[in-house]
Amino acid sequence: MNDSIMTVFDKYHLIAAFAVIGLTMFIAHWASKRLTRGRLHGSAIAILVGLALAWLGGVSTGGKHGLADVSLFSGLGLMGGGMLRDLAIIATAYGVRFQEIRQAGIRGVIALFAGVLVSFIAGAVVAVSFGYTSAVDITTIAAGAVTYIVGPVTGATLGASSEVIALSIAAGLVKSILTMVFTPLTAKWIGLDNPRSAMIFGGLIGTTSGVAAGLAATDARLVPYGAMTATFYTGLGILLAPTVLFLAVRALA
Amino acid sequence: MVIYGVGLLAGCMLVGLVTGDILGTLLGIDANLGGVGIAMLLLILVTGILKQRGHMPESTEQGINFWNAMYIPIVVAMAASQNVAAAFSGGLVALLAGALAMALGLLLVPVLTGHRREPLPPSDADAPSTAIGRTH
Repeated sequence: MNDSIMTVFDKYHLIAAFAVIGLTMFIAHWASKRLTRGRLHGSAIAILVGLALAWLGGVSTGGKHGLADVSLFSGLGLMGGGMLRDLAIIATAYGVRFQEIRQAGIRGVIALFAGVLVSFIAGAVVAVSFGYTSAVDITTIAAGAVTYIVGPVTGATLGASSEVIALSIAAGLVKSILTMVFTPLTAKWIGLDNPRSAMIFGGLIGTTSGVAAGLAATDARLVPYGAMTATFYTGLGILLAPTVLFLAVRALA
Repeated sequence: MVIYGVGLLAGCMLVGLVTGDILGTLLGIDANLGGVGIAMLLLILVTGILKQRGHMPESTEQGINFWNAMYIPIVVAMAASQNVAAAFSGGLVALLAGALAMALGLLLVPVLTGHRREPLPPSDADAPSTAIGRTH
């Protein structure tokens, strides 16, 4: 029987992922209602459970895709991968009023530039305080603090060593995962309850997976606004980090 | 038909991604610049026009709303396939750089938002929330 289960889960991996995530959502919502009396959102619990499972999967297989590297759960990689995620993000825009986006538009653009710059400076300051002196290393680690895609792209452009590139990817992953966890916890304090602040949040944080999951755990109605600005963030980071920001670091270092 | 909605959504996504790719190439970067955002704007505009002309029957809407409602489960699957182990074994530099970037980003949200805040639109006019609400 075990063999049959393994064969079916492996062959119908996407269907298995639907069932596994369905069950996870059910348990998370049950726990939200019964154990936290609705104080912690069911979606937030589900995302935390997902991250915990990803950690377990990564530790036990040594792979890069969390629980999706366990062959029973390989469908999670397709279900939670970029293709379906982006399709679902675009679908959340249905029903959004264009006016809301236009009103917050300029602040969103300012937030994008401020977000890339602030994350880059945060990463650079940490790199310098840990004794990195070469402009290439500092820029690569700082670019990783922007997103885990900007880091390796910048590092490859500038010819950084593979250890530094790995470090920049880790910095970006930490930012993304901490955003998933801390956004719902801090949402009240930072006023994340309306379309405008959601667009600014998306621009400031930018890492698509972090923004997508952070807003989902806070209030699903905010998702389209945050996702709208966040989608420009990685591109802007790749545009600025290896060019203007690298020159600035080199001038200062 | 439901597929009209799904097809419309897919069409907007493809047009947006191609546009984002061209934008990236024009700027000389190896990345898609805002393709998903462009697709979102396109979906808002196209469905707005179709609604005005009465060409958005409920069955077409269902095709879009299904994927809208699948958003959170997909995000949970995404969370479960993140490289969490690598993130927390990257050492103190990675941890601090990532944490500081996140903290400063969150702190700046109220600074850039300012005082005037519009509340969220009521949920009856808000397709995403009602669609997601139905599934729970």
